[in-house]
Amino acid sequence: MTTVGVEPGLFASLEPPRLAGSRCARCATVTFPAQRGCPKCAASDMVPVELADHGTLWTWTVQAFEPKAPYRAPATGFEPYAVGYVDLGDVIVEARLTGDPAGLEIGMPMSLTLLPVWDGVDGSTVVTYAFAAEVASPGGAR
Amino acid sequence: MSNATAVSIVGVGAHPFGRHAPELTGMSMGADAIGAALADAGLSWSDMDYAVGGSNVSGKPDTLVGQLGLTGIPFVNVRNGCATGGVALATAANAIRAGEAEVALVVGFDKHPRGAFAASPADYGHQDWYAETGLMITTQFFAMKGRRYLHEHGLKDQVLAQVAAKAFRNGALNPDAWRRTELSEEEIMAARVINPPLTQYMFCSPSEGAAAVVLARSDRAADLCERPVRLAAVTKRTRRFGSFEVFAPWLPPEAGVSPSVDAAQAAFERAGLIASDVQVAQLQDTDSAAEIYHMAETGLCGHGEQQQLLDLGETAPTGRLPINTDGGCLANGEPVGASGLRQVREVVLQLQGRAGARQVGGSPRVGFTHVYGAPGISACTVLTTTEV
Repeated sequence: MTTVGVEPGLFASLEPPRLAGSRCARCATVTFPAQRGCPKCAASDMVPVELADHGTLWTWTVQAFEPKAPYRAPATGFEPYAVGYVDLGDVIVEARLTGDPAGLEIGMPMSLTLLPVWDGVDGSTVVTYAFAAEVASPGGAR
Repeated sequence: MSNATAVSIVGVGAHPFGRHAPELTGMSMGADAIGAALADAGLSWSDMDYAVGGSNVSGKPDTLVGQLGLTGIPFVNVRNGCATGGVALATAANAIRAGEAEVALVVGFDKHPRGAFAASPADYGHQDWYAETGLMITTQFFAMKGRRYLHEHGLKDQVLAQVAAKAFRNGALNPDAWRRTELSEEEIMAARVINPPLTQYMFCSPSEGAAAVVLARSDRAADLCERPVRLAAVTKRTRRFGSFEVFAPWLPPEAGVSPSVDAAQAAFERAGLIASDVQVAQLQDTDSAAEIYHMAETGLCGHGEQQQLLDLGETAPTGRLPINTDGGCLANGEPVGASGLRQVREVVLQLQGRAGARQVGGSPRVGFTHVYGAPGISACTVLTTTEV
């Protein structure tokens, strides 16, 4: 079964998951998703950049009620889910957050992952990007 | 702007906000509000030189001329999200300043279905994935901006309940309010969680209603109104780089100021006043957290000072800085096109001493209004009595 990104332009790669942004050649502003012009200095010389896959949680909430369309609930039905902004150093990215929201705290380390959202018409699994709280392994290594 | 033509408010009116019969259209409520504002000013539609109307979802305001009278005047439609009322007011005021009109009417109305607003990604320049995957929801933004603000400034979640409890206390005193039942802070904190840290009663709901204002060139205002209120400033701004805004898939790490900061600063500068002159204010309180951070963004207090102000009751009608005296969006709901004009009407009533059970003490002479909306816009007014 194949895995496809919900919007191909969001991803520099799916294995391993990496996000595709753009960096302004003049002022170094990083955007996500990639865009053609720089919103800070208005230059139009944006170069592709792969974003960091680790960061820290900047803020978060839980979507406790089912959003109206165009939100697409999973085939198994709506379940509350967490969302947040993750600070990757040169850009802060909004994302779905996987795992139990109970332990979420501003400043905690997060890492990039993929989240299946629905099935494609060809039977593929459509994924979006998400962040998960990093859990220290028993050995202490990440 | 000492050389600019001064503009005053000579009449205000509203159709009460809330839930009304399905067959009552937004436009019909708009016509009611216009009738009330004209009656308040002692004028008729045929006296109007110019009109501006705002509605987000309930039709083109200029079609109202079919009911009001085909007098041939210019009628501008405004659709600027939650800032619609402020932008409509500014448009009409500028027409008077430009010499196009001496007396102008401003109306805002909307009739929203129940439940949170759903936005089309394409309307905001985003791709479908952004909404389809469960982002791009206004209530998420309010919760996340609120959480970040409380974290950065050392405020406790309790302030969110304090703001909501105040809104419903004020609503209970306002015969035009939608939600007129007081709720305790405990009830508000224990209510259904919508987007933590915000519960059901910390959010305003989309609702229905209309508000209208009659403006006049100030040299004519004294003849038209016993106690005209001067529109000392009306300003509007869009977001600049680095501000944390609704519908933002990313932010730069360098923080920027919100458009509320820019619009408020510009309003005080133009009015020749400072924020500490304000004696009654209406702030965009789409949710409890919004009132908290808008207090500081508009300059009415410093960041982090909100806790003390709330603990001392300073933002209640009996306090030093009464905020959202009519119950705000929390107790009135938000018909988007009308909301900013509801604020202006409330400040006018307060400055004229006509606010009934919720009248603030001390005969206020300087009032302030602030709206904020997607995708990062704000409009503010400074309103004064003629003695200022």
